[in-house]
Amino acid sequence: MTWLVPLPVIMPLLGAAVTLLLRRRPVLQRAVSVLVLSATLVVAVLLLASTATGPPLTVAVGGWAAPLGIVLVADRLAALMLVVSAAVTLCVLVYSIGQGMADGDDAVPVAVYHPAYLILTAGVTNAFLAGDLFNLYVGFEILLAASYVLITIGATRSRIRTGTTYVVVSLLSSLIFLTAIGLIYAATGTLNLAQLAGRLDALPDGLQLGLQSMLLLAFGIKAAVFPLSAWLPDSYPTAIAPVTAVFAGLLTKVGVYAIIRTQTLLFPDGPAGGVLLVAALLTMTVGILGAVAQSDIKRLLSFTLVSHIGYMLFGIGLASSAGLSGAIFYVVHHIVVQTTLFLAAGLIERRGGTTTLDRLGGLARLTPVLGVLFFVPALNLAGIPPFSGFLGKLGLLQAGVDAGGALAWVLVAGSVVTSLLTLYAIGRVWNLAFWRTPHASMPADGGARAGRALPRLMVGATLALVVLGTGLTVVSGPLFDITSRAATELRERQPYVHAVFAEEVP
Amino acid sequence: MSPNLLLVVVVGVLFAAGVTLLLERNLTRVILGITMLGNGVNLLILLGGAYGGPPIVGVTPEPRMSDPLTQAMILTAIVITLGMTAFLLAMAYRSWLLTGHDNVQDDVEDRRIMRRAERDEGLENEDEDGGQR
Repeated sequence: MTWLVPLPVIMPLLGAAVTLLLRRRPVLQRAVSVLVLSATLVVAVLLLASTATGPPLTVAVGGWAAPLGIVLVADRLAALMLVVSAAVTLCVLVYSIGQGMADGDDAVPVAVYHPAYLILTAGVTNAFLAGDLFNLYVGFEILLAASYVLITIGATRSRIRTGTTYVVVSLLSSLIFLTAIGLIYAATGTLNLAQLAGRLDALPDGLQLGLQSMLLLAFGIKAAVFPLSAWLPDSYPTAIAPVTAVFAGLLTKVGVYAIIRTQTLLFPDGPAGGVLLVAALLTMTVGILGAVAQSDIKRLLSFTLVSHIGYMLFGIGLASSAGLSGAIFYVVHHIVVQTTLFLAAGLIERRGGTTTLDRLGGLARLTPVLGVLFFVPALNLAGIPPFSGFLGKLGLLQAGVDAGGALAWVLVAGSVVTSLLTLYAIGRVWNLAFWRTPHASMPADGGARAGRALPRLMVGATLALVVLGTGLTVVSGPLFDITSRAATELRERQPYVHAVFAEEVP
Repeated sequence: MSPNLLLVVVVGVLFAAGVTLLLERNLTRVILGITMLGNGVNLLILLGGAYGGPPIVGVTPEPRMSDPLTQAMILTAIVITLGMTAFLLAMAYRSWLLTGHDNVQDDVEDRRIMRRAERDEGLENEDEDGGQR
């Protein structure tokens, strides 16, 4: 089974090369992209099936044994993330193909889009599988480089304006990460995560705290944790709909994944839990208050994205098995739901010609399908039973109550308030865009602009994600089972270390 | 082997200058700042490894070799920084083509909401005279 481990990184990279060669053959290019991502999804499912009950799988790249060589490690957390990210990237790809075909390929320069998209996928999977800090950095850089291309695709005035902020902030966080890597190497003489797990414990407390806070700072920017989140709501909404969707779903979660990985494996007893809880509370409340104030659907959704990162941090900050399990479940739920909502926002933009709430109205009557596609994931995000958002929040609240303590109780209260405010923000979108009488500028016929009815492929891809998001409720039992076992594995640390160094840690 | 004090000072100066330039509005200066920070980080990584002769078997006796791993990491980091700088330069050029300058601009929507808050108007008010803006 171990030979499967590098495939989620290699296949998209090869696919990117092939699609680059096929830039003049759009049909073949699309076929290759879909094929590659489908294969990645299959491999990811196989990896999850193997690791769900068994030990983590490792591969020493190029046959160079750790700690000198680079290892790729697929444990339960990584495999679960791979499955969700592969499923979501595949759906978004189909959506963007539908959009590209409907637009006659003019709005999106397809020749660059497919290779960049596949490289983004490779970066994400590489970050999930990375077994040492430098490889994690390289994974981040791969996905960021591709994301720079995707967010500024078309290079219109607004995309350049927002892209500038995004690129500069991302570069800064990468440099902080790189600095942390340099310092950790100087302090311990290794960057292999399994080896670091033992060596960092031996360092003085102050030094540990310093290294930990540098990593948290770097990942906090990527994960859009308040007060490092200001870049996100400005830069995401201007990109094309599928790009915004995949960024919102995956990129911040890669940051959250990195926080989970380093917190549990490298600094399990660090004092940062309290700081994380406070950051979680602030992220939740400030994010959702921002969302309430917005009058554009995409920007509103970006703020809810920031806000709900707080829930994941809440679970990580608790550092208990239940908290981590809840956080992982919430990551899975949120990747799917947030992506779906942004895809639905893309459909709204297509149908109504804008995403500004002032100028929308009556969409529920004009296009009932769109109403369903938005309403179901919206309720899911707000945490209405029986959707997975409710189950995820319930898991986190239980973990918070179990943990006890004043801060945990404040967090529990904050989570409930944030959930209600999310419902308010979503309800506002529903009322203004879907329920009130159509705005004068809204075209009453089937297409917003001439011939711009909703393409079937786009609706189909969004529908697939809606079904997937709703399906999480159905499989929530087994899913919670996997996340709690992943959390146990993370907390024990030994399975991971043992998978990398079979005998003794050098 | 102890780290070279001169290098430590250079790292400090590069970080300070880089951060100062990052705070500028002008994208060209920001790019210079990123480059300086990148070089500072690379030197910092170099300082983290052992100091010594070229790490080639037969040239330097093993205990006196420098650490090759840090150099390999820096090589990777240099390539990445180079690519990112090239991309930023292209963006600055594009920004100059589109707007005539390459200053980093404020969040448009935020400014709009701020103005609305100053005038104490809600969304509903704007609805009624929506077309006039």
